[in-house]
Amino acid sequence: MSLTEGTRPRHVPDRLSSRPTRILRSWELLLFGIGVLIFLANTQASPYFLDPWNLSDATFNFTEKAFIAFAMALLIISGEIDLSVAGIIALASTAMGWALQWGVGAPGLVAIGLSVGLLCGAVNGVLVTRLGLPSIVATIGTMSLFRGISYIVLGDQAFNGYPPELAFLGRGYVFWVISFELTLFLLFALLYGTLLHFTNFGRQIYAIGNNPTAATFTGIRVARVKMILFLLTGLMSGIAAVCLTARLGSTRPSIAFAWELEIVTMVVLGGVSILGGSGSILGVVIAALVIGLVTFGLGLLNVPGIVMSIFIGGLLIAVIALPRLVRLLRTGRVT
Amino acid sequence: MTRFLKSREAILLGALLALVFLAETRFSGFAAPGNLVRIFNDTSILIILALGQTMVILTRCIDLSQASNLALTGMVTAMMNAAMPGLPVPLLILVAVGIGLVLGALNGLLVWKLDIPPIVVTLGTLTIFRGLVFLVSGGAWVNSHEMSAAYKGFPRADILGLPVMSWIALATIAAFAVAVNRTSLGRAFYAVGGNPGAAVYTGIDVGRTRFWAFVIAGGLAGLCGYLWVARYAVAYTDVAGGFELDIIAACVIGGIAISGGLGTVTGAVLGALFLGTIKNALPVAGISPFWQMAISGTAIIVAVAVNRRRTPGRIILKEAKA
Amino acid sequence: MKDTSPESREVLSLEAITKTFPGVTALNDVALSLYPGEVTALVGENGAGKSTLVKILTGIYQPDGGTIRVDGAETRFPTAIAAQSAGITAIHQETVLFDELSVAENIFLGHAPRGRFGLIDWARLRVDAKAILERIGARLDPETPLKELGIASKHLVAIARALSVEARVVVMDEPTASLSQAEIEELYDLVERLKAEGKAILFISHKFDEIFRIADRYTVFRDGEMVDAGRITEVTEDQLVEKMVGRTMDAIFPDRTFDPGPEILRVEGYRHPTEFAEIDFTLRRGEILGFYGLVGAGRSEVMQALFGVTRPSAGRVLLDGQEIVIRSPADAIAQGIVYVPEDRGHQGAITALPIFQNVTLPSLPQTSRHGFIRMAEEFALAREYTERLDLRAAALDQNVGNLSGGNQQKVVIAKWLATRPKVIILDEPTKGIDVGSKAAVHAFMAELAAEGLAVIMVSSEIPEILGMSDRAIVLRDGRIAGAFEREDLTPEILVRAAAGYAEVA
Repeated sequence: MSLTEGTRPRHVPDRLSSRPTRILRSWELLLFGIGVLIFLANTQASPYFLDPWNLSDATFNFTEKAFIAFAMALLIISGEIDLSVAGIIALASTAMGWALQWGVGAPGLVAIGLSVGLLCGAVNGVLVTRLGLPSIVATIGTMSLFRGISYIVLGDQAFNGYPPELAFLGRGYVFWVISFELTLFLLFALLYGTLLHFTNFGRQIYAIGNNPTAATFTGIRVARVKMILFLLTGLMSGIAAVCLTARLGSTRPSIAFAWELEIVTMVVLGGVSILGGSGSILGVVIAALVIGLVTFGLGLLNVPGIVMSIFIGGLLIAVIALPRLVRLLRTGRVT
Repeated sequence: MTRFLKSREAILLGALLALVFLAETRFSGFAAPGNLVRIFNDTSILIILALGQTMVILTRCIDLSQASNLALTGMVTAMMNAAMPGLPVPLLILVAVGIGLVLGALNGLLVWKLDIPPIVVTLGTLTIFRGLVFLVSGGAWVNSHEMSAAYKGFPRADILGLPVMSWIALATIAAFAVAVNRTSLGRAFYAVGGNPGAAVYTGIDVGRTRFWAFVIAGGLAGLCGYLWVARYAVAYTDVAGGFELDIIAACVIGGIAISGGLGTVTGAVLGALFLGTIKNALPVAGISPFWQMAISGTAIIVAVAVNRRRTPGRIILKEAKA
Repeated sequence: MKDTSPESREVLSLEAITKTFPGVTALNDVALSLYPGEVTALVGENGAGKSTLVKILTGIYQPDGGTIRVDGAETRFPTAIAAQSAGITAIHQETVLFDELSVAENIFLGHAPRGRFGLIDWARLRVDAKAILERIGARLDPETPLKELGIASKHLVAIARALSVEARVVVMDEPTASLSQAEIEELYDLVERLKAEGKAILFISHKFDEIFRIADRYTVFRDGEMVDAGRITEVTEDQLVEKMVGRTMDAIFPDRTFDPGPEILRVEGYRHPTEFAEIDFTLRRGEILGFYGLVGAGRSEVMQALFGVTRPSAGRVLLDGQEIVIRSPADAIAQGIVYVPEDRGHQGAITALPIFQNVTLPSLPQTSRHGFIRMAEEFALAREYTERLDLRAAALDQNVGNLSGGNQQKVVIAKWLATRPKVIILDEPTKGIDVGSKAAVHAFMAELAAEGLAVIMVSSEIPEILGMSDRAIVLRDGRIAGAFEREDLTPEILVRAAAGYAEVA
């Protein structure tokens, strides 16, 4: 049954451009190129760079942040944001330290870290999806609240003396130079990549981020999807808290201070639109590696961390500004 | 009058008075004029920065770089003072405001000309400006003994019973009250944030208006850079670290809607004073200052929940109009 | 041809104006002239390019080609301010106002009276606002925040705003669309006064009675082109309609015989706190039920409640005789009720996603296995339904935003048909789409009804209601103002019921 009687409907092909063309024009490739350049520059800059153990050490610069960045990427694609993630780390780590005083063992501590993360995610989710608060403000509030509770509990004290079994989660190696955290990083990359790109749930995230109204009008339960994403972000923050606590072996209320901004930077650098609706996990993975390389490379050159942040901040603006600047100069319009 | 009583500002004023009263019951003398003046003076910088941030938020943007801007300008003036103690303080203030304006304009240009989301721009400049503090200072501190007496003394100088710092805050409040309510740029902030599409129809350039909001916020951050460093008599890389969130908290508590177009100068000032009062009330009430962060976090959540914008939908039925 | 008498020299003239958007030519080589003291009616179907022209006249859009002359001198309006300084003011169709600001400020934003030091003089502003409101007969307090007003009052504010500047040309884009009959009469008086003051008026309207009542001249647009212009006394209503539509009315709508099936949907005592009340109707399989009414009469609101977007406060909905509870669009879709919204770009299509993903979005459980996407099945499903609707696109992975309005609408309809619904609600299904797509959508609706689907069609276009509906319900101010069988339907009956003439007369 076609509308134009007598004529066959015109054939519309599935795809406009072939897969290679799409890959060639992707953000991920651009970022990957930048990553390779930085890698090469690093090999020139320092003879110690190519040492496998050095490289392995470098991964600790980004693995924990990247755990959260994966979930944050989904959340930002859906049009929300969670600035409380570092606060969640502080609270989860504090809860672990507190439980430690009661003689809770390593498995219990892990369970507590994850549960607190999940609980904090639930608080954010309820504030945003049930009360309808804008996530950027609500999570600035919970950021202060979560870390604030840590300060109330700890003041200027610290929790120490975590059991040695816990240390493996932060400092252990699974095989040769492959650390437990790096393994977790690769596993999560795979998991989140699959979830975002190959499931109905992932498809719904994109739909919501592009047009929440139309998504609602298409029968997607927007609030439920967002709630799940806040829970996931909370859980990943809990996991990061467990690993970080295990690695540092102590908890202070200032733990992971200002990580939220570094994590958001990682996500945006990875090509996720801060306005929601687009981005990929591959991009976030590459962005994490690029940030890791920059931090490590500059570290080898004895450049202090604060100066590295100039580079990262500049990179963040530059990668977004340059294509727009070129378009502006060429066509006189940004969009 | 009835409109005022129902307003967010009235609720906030009530909460602020209740807070002062509560503190007074725990510690008699808290509500004494002298102490209130001291609290106001302590909060001056937050008030000034919150006013700048308010302009930015009104236009549906956000400026996360204010505290880094403050740290950079503060460090530059402190180093200039240490190197050339003879430079007059007004000149240093001018330099501070000037640098602040330039940094704000950088944010504004990226938002206006390249249409980059403000949160991304200022997230980037937040780290860049902070890193620049380290670069210009080499990580060194400028300590009290390296600063001239005039440099440190100016904000504390007493005029008619009030420190200059308070006078500057009062002047800023007055200037904003006039500028926001009675100039076309001030009204354009509301129009651009309230309904950017409609603003175009009224001949308002949305991008340019946002640019000016960032410039103003930057200039005020520069001014506060000098004030902060001079008042605390020390400059180092981490000055005012994380303060950008306190500023946003003050605005949110003051009822400035993060979705733009809604909020008042009074609200921003009250929001800042609310945070400032809590900060001062905690120690006298015998509560550890470590409670402050959790309390301001809770205040933000409560404020944004109370100020939540409700969309009633269309009113079509005749009897529903009244 | 050359008329040199001073009173009829054109104030404003457009020549060969062209404007294109990605995928669509909104205006092609159009001309328009406005004369002092005269009302020129601009008529044309939705999507004919009238609103684009208004935006060009007011400096919102820049034309791609052509010239604008004011008093014979060539000029350009790079900004809204430039158009305003040239003496052109407009009452826009959409409310371009600010909810959080007061009535007075909405009227004067951008050109407020200044006092000392160039500061805004609020006292004078309020007095001036009051004067303008009185002049147009609007009894509104200038201090009221705009958000507290209803639609009609907001529209009066928009009119007041347009008249707050010293203007020589007043553009009115459907100024009476949401006004009550009494308010409309006052507007007509106002137009007469403006004419007497020598202002040139461009009056855009769908209502022929008012065009013949107040216009001196007419200009007809069709599909972005100017097809005719002249003195209103020299044409009849039928001729105008024919010029507008381009053919006689019978030809545009598919022939169909109504073969009513069993009742499928029954709505009883439906009510919403502020939007509608006492809504009762039934719908049968194979039926096309038209919903007519003025803009803001509550038609979309009723439909969106049925679809679960908003919650009614009372009433029952029965589907196939069973009472159903709809709390969300997901519930409605699960029950087989789907809704093609009027606001395509905002509520219908997700323009930044490809066609195939838009089509399969509500059918993902069908095209996936254990929650994992199977793209081959997605493409197959998308192909099946887009081909049925004769979608014109380069590829199925093309973003919906790059399609023309008509093809976007086809994507939205395809999306719903893929869910195999029982009831499909189409809200202004042909608004803003080209004539070709329009006919396709109409033909398709007829096919769907013939297949036994129950169709609700909300429309503001009388010909569409007359041409497509088996029955029609007219809403006014959120209530049913009349229900008519096909054989009783005439334009007059619809207009009377919608506008409430009976009450005035």
